[in-house]
Amino acid sequence: MKTRIRHIFIPFAAVAGAGLFGMAIILMTGRDPAEIGSRLFNATLGSGYGMGQVLFKTTTLIFTGLAVALPFRARLFNIGGEGQLQVAAFSAAVTGAMLPSSLPPIAAVPLTACAAMAAGGIWGASAGVLKVRFGVNEVISTIMLNFIAQALTGYLLTSHFAVPSTEHTAETGSASMLPGLDEITGFFRGSPLNVSIFGALAVAILSSLFLFRTSAGYELRAVGSQPDAASYAGIRSERYLLTVMGAAGAIAGLGAMNLVAGYKHYYETGMTAGIGFSGIAVALLAGAHPIWILPAALFFGFLEYGGLAVGAYVPKEIFMIIQAITILLVIIGTARKT
Amino acid sequence: MSTMPEALVLSGVSKKFGAVEANRNVSLTVQKGSIHAIAGENGAGKSTLARLIYGLHRPDSGTIAVNGKTVSMNSPKDAIALGIGMVHQHFMLVPNFTVAENIILGIEEKALFASISVRKTAESIRILSERYGMPVDPEALTGSLSVGEEQRVEILKALYRKAEILILDEPTAVLTPQEIDRLFSVLRSLRDTGKTILIITHKLDEVISLADRVSVMRKGEVTGTVECRNTSKAELARMMVGRNVLLRVDNPVPAPLKPVLAVENLCCRTQKGAMKLDNLSFTIRAGEIFGIAGVEGNGQSELLSILCGLNDRKNRLSGTILLDGTTITGRTPAEITSLGVSHVPEDRLKHAVIRNFSVSENILFGRQREQRFRKGFGFNRTILDAYAKKLAGRYDIRFDDINIQSLASLSGGNQQKVVVARELDRPFLKLLILAQPTRGVDIGAIELIHRSIIETRDNGVAVLLITSELDELITLSTRIGCLYNGSLRKIFTEEEVAEGRTDEEAFEHEIGLHIT
Ligand SMILES: Nc1ncnc2c1ncn2[C@@H]1O[C@H](COP(=O)(O)OP(=O)(O)OP(=O)(O)O)[C@@H](O)[C@H]1O
Ligand SMILES: [Mg+2]
Repeated sequence: MKTRIRHIFIPFAAVAGAGLFGMAIILMTGRDPAEIGSRLFNATLGSGYGMGQVLFKTTTLIFTGLAVALPFRARLFNIGGEGQLQVAAFSAAVTGAMLPSSLPPIAAVPLTACAAMAAGGIWGASAGVLKVRFGVNEVISTIMLNFIAQALTGYLLTSHFAVPSTEHTAETGSASMLPGLDEITGFFRGSPLNVSIFGALAVAILSSLFLFRTSAGYELRAVGSQPDAASYAGIRSERYLLTVMGAAGAIAGLGAMNLVAGYKHYYETGMTAGIGFSGIAVALLAGAHPIWILPAALFFGFLEYGGLAVGAYVPKEIFMIIQAITILLVIIGTARKT
Repeated sequence: MSTMPEALVLSGVSKKFGAVEANRNVSLTVQKGSIHAIAGENGAGKSTLARLIYGLHRPDSGTIAVNGKTVSMNSPKDAIALGIGMVHQHFMLVPNFTVAENIILGIEEKALFASISVRKTAESIRILSERYGMPVDPEALTGSLSVGEEQRVEILKALYRKAEILILDEPTAVLTPQEIDRLFSVLRSLRDTGKTILIITHKLDEVISLADRVSVMRKGEVTGTVECRNTSKAELARMMVGRNVLLRVDNPVPAPLKPVLAVENLCCRTQKGAMKLDNLSFTIRAGEIFGIAGVEGNGQSELLSILCGLNDRKNRLSGTILLDGTTITGRTPAEITSLGVSHVPEDRLKHAVIRNFSVSENILFGRQREQRFRKGFGFNRTILDAYAKKLAGRYDIRFDDINIQSLASLSGGNQQKVVVARELDRPFLKLLILAQPTRGVDIGAIELIHRSIIETRDNGVAVLLITSELDELITLSTRIGCLYNGSLRKIFTEEEVAEGRTDEEAFEHEIGLHIT
């Protein structure tokens, strides 16, 4: 039972440690950490707009974090959240723009979401197929698929879909746009936060129920813990490896809905850059537990937006250093437990 | 100084895991130059005690003295420095290193890039291994060694580090009878050169034939230490369990019925062309136990994996296997299970359990498709819990919390009981396949498991028993087949086995002739 407490304690200690480290760096750059700290809090938690921005970043990170955490439970390391998110964003934007304007939102939104999930899902499942059929290590295949996603979306954008003399696709029809939370609540004014966040919460809870409450989740965890024993018990691990990679890609794809349907309404170069990789950090901090993904994504969302907001005073790289140090501390903490 | 100095003195040592007192106020004295055995029920705290002495755990209270000096150990490194070595039940060797490389691993020269003189080491290993009668090739890759040879490497590794006190935790559980004999002569010669041996085992015959003294543990405490000269198997058994134990369960005459499993002309050839099974044929009838005797490596593991649907796809198979008239070759493990086949595999930690799952999740493992445990997409926790508790009670599985405690924290014998309980209690069972079903369990539990196997047989189940314990084979089997080079050289009939039980020693000898 002691190990349990320790399990929960490690991420918090890591966050605190990394925070102290960040303060030290700020001191070294010749600034007052207290002043930067108060600016940071004013910019993020001090206004509805700031909070909305943080939660908006958090939403995508929940999806990309889950896209890493679920395969992790089957002992697969999905480095491909980046590419899965990118193709999904592109697919959602193009689909949204092509849907007839007569279509009501009740049809247009699900269609766009399906397009995003299908694109991400195909990307994820490809890595699954390569693993199961040809034994290609998923780390390598997902990295390659990231390159392919980058090149393919770049090519399709410049040669076919970009609005002339811009770097983005045409705007989607208003029917496939997700309502912003500022319109609905009056709070978070001006921020891009939208209803996707409820989708993210729901998917996280469903993932947790799936893993720990269903028989399929039980078998998946068995495959991940001891593949040999799982096959003795008659569990067909190939099926799980394939499905979980496909599902992970589809979930990353839902993250694209937050960015495209919830905010930009088009696809532009670089709009997804780095978010898939941050998902790896989120999943690691959360110990690949779907519910712990929520606070972990919030922490990274806070740092990501916070870094932008105080970028005028301290280099935002400091926040990237804090993120990286948190992860290293978590890994050190968990590796030491015996 | 007395004539018999004490190598190891434990006084009032206690160790708790959560609420479990694994060791309670243990005091133990081990004489230098003796073989000291520790026996006791599953979960009595033997492995914990060994780990305390080797610095893998720290005692909550009490002291440990080595060669008369009280010591405090933080890790095995400290123990090694004090001349203590341990041979774990699961060997810790790097498979693609040579024997010599494995032995010097961790104690290479201190200077970072100093060249490691493997040749010089190899020479001293050869000398060491010859002195104690443990032939092993220092240049062989450890991945190619047999279990017995790996164990020798572990012992050499400890000796190379100048161990004067050697701890062995259930060293014989994984060995064939021949390898056990060889190990014991090594241990005796080590003792004769003044080394001290602490050995944990469940096999009372071994205790009596090998050790000088034996300490018995119960529920975390040492309940007594006796001279092996002055004791008997029955007395030790009583000390361990606290009651009289039937060292041999009754085996009422079975009434076998129609054939359940028919194996005909089964051949299995590996990719490289080695014949692992060679025209193997036998049948097992409902209500009988068919025992297979044989030295490891004569086709047992191939037969087992084919019967479970897990044979290596690269192997070429021919022949037929019928279960109640249905052919099972080429079927998946899940399909074979659903035909009423249950299986206790030899290597429980690797194949039969998920170590980081809870006890109740492990009782479900492999049976998760049974309707009675299902509810919607998930499992019915109430029914599962009640079932797990029922089995735990029936098989005397000792644990702390069935839903939280991970299987890995159970003692070795209790892990085995979880597997046996789960597999014997499957509904609609037709064929029960048992490989080393009592490995690592104590004598009380052996009695219990043997009774359950016989009860299962009497319910009309066909049982296939593969075990390296000849007395277990003779006690339980209705008929015994002798496996040699992939085929059955001899099958002892029901009458012959019954007759053999009257003079077991002669019978064991006769079986031995057919398997070597
Ligand atoms: N790491 C651990 N965490 C929690 N409990 C433990 C741990 N290790 C051992 N225990 C408990 O301590 C008790 C003693 O275990 P130990 O492994 O020493 O038994 P043992 O005598 O070696 O039994 P066996 O003959 O079955 O191997 C058991 O109840 C076991 O469940
Ligand atoms: Mg033990």
